[in-house]
Amino acid sequence: MKKFLAQAYIYLLLVLLYAPLVFIAVFSFTESRVLGNWTGFSTKLYANLFTGDMQGSSSLISAVENTLLIALIAAAFSTLLGTVAAVGIHNLSARKKQAVTFLNNIPMINPDIITGVSLFLLFVFLHISQGYATVVLAHITFCTPYVVLSVLPKLRQMNPNIYEAAVDLGATPGQAMRKVLIPQLRPGMVSGFILAFTMSLDDFAVTFFTRGTIGLDTLSTYIYTDARKGGLTPELRPLMTLIFLIILVLLVVINVRQAKMKKTV
Amino acid sequence: MKRSHWSIPYVVFLTIFVVLPLVLVLVYAFQDGSGHFTFANITKFFTDSDALSTFAVSIEVAIENTLICILLGYPAAWILANKDLNRSAVTIILFIMPMWINALMRTLATAELFNMLGITLGKGTLLFGMVYDYLPFMIYPIYNVLNKMDKSYSEAAQDLGAKPWEVFWKVTVPLSMPGVSSGILMVFMPTVSTFAISEFLTNNKIKLFGTIIQENINSSMWNYGAALALIMLVIIGISTLFTDERKEVEGGLI
Amino acid sequence: MASSDHIIDLKHVSKRFGDKVVLDDINLYIRKGEFVTLLGPSGCGKTTTLRMISGFLAPDEGEILLDGKDISGIPPYKRPFNTVFQRYALFPHLDVYDNIAFGLKLQKVPEDEISARVRKVLKLVSMTDYEDRDVESLSGGQQQRVAIARALVNRPQILLLDEPLAALDLKMRKDMQIELKEMHRELGITFIYVTHDQEEALTLSDTIVVMNEGKIQQIGTPTDIYNEPVNCFVADFIGESNILKGRMLRDRRVAFIKHEFDCVDEGFGEDVPVDVVVRPEDIYFTTDPAKCQFKATVNSCIFKGVHYEMWVDTDTGYELMIQNYDPYPVGSEVMLYIDPDDIQVMHKERIRNVFEGTMVDENHVEMIGGVFECLPQAGLAAGDHVRVEVRFEKVDLQDHQEDGVVAGEVHFLLYKGDHYHLTILTEDGFHIWVDTNDIWDKGDLVGVNIAPEDLKISRSDEA
Repeated sequence: MKKFLAQAYIYLLLVLLYAPLVFIAVFSFTESRVLGNWTGFSTKLYANLFTGDMQGSSSLISAVENTLLIALIAAAFSTLLGTVAAVGIHNLSARKKQAVTFLNNIPMINPDIITGVSLFLLFVFLHISQGYATVVLAHITFCTPYVVLSVLPKLRQMNPNIYEAAVDLGATPGQAMRKVLIPQLRPGMVSGFILAFTMSLDDFAVTFFTRGTIGLDTLSTYIYTDARKGGLTPELRPLMTLIFLIILVLLVVINVRQAKMKKTV
Repeated sequence: MKRSHWSIPYVVFLTIFVVLPLVLVLVYAFQDGSGHFTFANITKFFTDSDALSTFAVSIEVAIENTLICILLGYPAAWILANKDLNRSAVTIILFIMPMWINALMRTLATAELFNMLGITLGKGTLLFGMVYDYLPFMIYPIYNVLNKMDKSYSEAAQDLGAKPWEVFWKVTVPLSMPGVSSGILMVFMPTVSTFAISEFLTNNKIKLFGTIIQENINSSMWNYGAALALIMLVIIGISTLFTDERKEVEGGLI
Repeated sequence: MASSDHIIDLKHVSKRFGDKVVLDDINLYIRKGEFVTLLGPSGCGKTTTLRMISGFLAPDEGEILLDGKDISGIPPYKRPFNTVFQRYALFPHLDVYDNIAFGLKLQKVPEDEISARVRKVLKLVSMTDYEDRDVESLSGGQQQRVAIARALVNRPQILLLDEPLAALDLKMRKDMQIELKEMHRELGITFIYVTHDQEEALTLSDTIVVMNEGKIQQIGTPTDIYNEPVNCFVADFIGESNILKGRMLRDRRVAFIKHEFDCVDEGFGEDVPVDVVVRPEDIYFTTDPAKCQFKATVNSCIFKGVHYEMWVDTDTGYELMIQNYDPYPVGSEVMLYIDPDDIQVMHKERIRNVFEGTMVDENHVEMIGGVFECLPQAGLAAGDHVRVEVRFEKVDLQDHQEDGVVAGEVHFLLYKGDHYHLTILTEDGFHIWVDTNDIWDKGDLVGVNIAPEDLKISRSDEA
């Protein structure tokens, strides 16, 4: 009985939580331009999305491209910066480590709007014209802390003598890094990369404040403008559905990885 | 080269892109348009009844949202962490997943659903939509703490004569407070600071504090915008004082 | 039956976790006021037994009686026992006083009585004046005392202790052992204590219950267990010992290491294979040729603090360990004797491997999770159930698991003076016993082969 009630509660919450997503997904399979109006099953919206055959298609397609490209560059750069930083932080004295960790936490605790506004002010102050580069820089700023936090635990688990052992056996510092350190850290780097990638995909507020006035759109800013104009472009429905699915798959992948890592440790 | 030096590039990066921008918020907040020092931006906020009422509404909505999220989320987290009641890792992933989907998209989907069901957008839909957006952020940190909690605490309590509900109130709940407080941090601040979400959920009827920051920045009133951002930073500072378990925030996101 | 002095009875108690049998038909009684220790290596079922008494686990079969009444339906919070947990499980959100008062507050004991009882019990564990301390600011030993106080303040009929000293360092452990023993004497209540530390068990207990692989091996006083172990496991687990293959010639006469000795054991029959245990401190040096029973050469001699530990090679080619207060130089020839009292003769648990199997075809038999080649078996058809006997020394161990018909690991090993006796646990959970001269370590992964001619196959008795 207790179990039944508990499960009923959980499933009720899940139904509520997913109702809007399912609603969007269902109506991605109909042609109607007005959401909520079922005009028969159709995959035309999906077809439109992939062929680019729709109203305002070029801006939506380019928004998707921008989003992916920005996420990729930001995640790659964050992974590099964050991994090197994590190795450095791991070897700092306790007090310095605490100070850097505190700095590292700031972008994670700050609401997006603060990060966005403060970076906006920075670019204004430095007279940097805002556009692609500033958005990427801003994304690296809020993504890197997640990479640092994914890599640090791997460093903590690592036997501290493993690097010395490699050098002792005749590896140059570079070889020791490539052949011993990196393979040990790789799971953390991959998790960090995926985290950074999804954080960047998700972002709206920071992009909004740092994209300048050159008309650069990512998916979220596109949706924002689109919704303000009244009514969503119908092709967004299949796009959002696909994004839900991709995120779900990525999450499952991360969780399976982590479960596996825990087993091997 | 010492390996601790590897942190230098990142420290430089953090200084330029995290510390300096925050300092600039402070600087701009106390400057007028021509760069002279002034308190005018701060006093403007405290004398602007519109801004003050938006602020009050934001805090009110944020508190209500946080409370509802605790009431709904705590039992859910407790059930999810209880091995007898839930064995499925998939349910947990399903609860986390919305955290990873753009809040804007989820909000639009919710607003559209309300529209289709013929529900008038207003305070009610705002709260409902906010709870919907932020519930996972409350559930997950609490779940995390409960899940990691050493089972021997509840066994010790039973051993000392506590009935199941006494174990829950006297041991489980107090020990899970770090999770609750990081949940509060992850729900309360974003609620105050969101923009766009409240407009979509109320059809522009209710503005939250984040929106007026955005409006001022977008209409080039940078100094006033910076002052408002500074006020928000002060609130963040205060609320992090109540939640010393910053680590749980980290754990809660991954 | 005069069960009036029994406080706890375990009758035919069994417990499985999934497929794994963790407790197999446990029968045990505990007398009022006794200090009983459940002793065994990790995974032997001792903690499971304790958790069933405290009520956190229910037995799959059998019953647990308190004062003669079944308590299986009673939840832990209603049982008149209190537990000191392995890692203490002190509530980190409460201070020392509130931790100790936790149980009393739940019982709605008046506030002034609570404070009196807390003070009294803090005095008992020598922690007066620590009431207001945060439990996380206490040292391991202090946390330990608070945990004991928290349990004792409720005046339990039985105090259950789950490896309470495991997290303390050696010096502190010794001090706490003495204090626990004194507390037990002072309070007069029953203590049930779980540990894997044989020395702790010998020091503390009135009665020791030695467990292994879910079964009780031996129940007895510390001296009984030490001096008269009933099998090789107990002999090896408790203290140091020389365990040797022997043959009971007749009552009070036993042969081992190719010599004959007088002993005090009777009733084994004549010319029966047995195991013999001789404690290293029970082999004496002598200069009197009349007392000398056998000669040996000292092979190594190590100072161990109180005594010297020597390994000697006997004139008949066996290695024995001897502990003595005086050293003998390495290489010297010595004369040795053993008192009849100090020779402990044990029934052999088994003299060869016996497996249940099924014929696959006339040249192959399936058993212990693999298919073994055998000599052609006349009169046996595929599918016939058979009994397969394999001598210990005929089991062939391989360094690599994949080189064997079945894979396993070295689960337990005994040195028997001139060879090792190993227990192999296969991946499918079967036991194989092996005599070998090769040196293996516990936990080594091995492959198991048996030559076709070494399988002695006969039709199984059951239809």
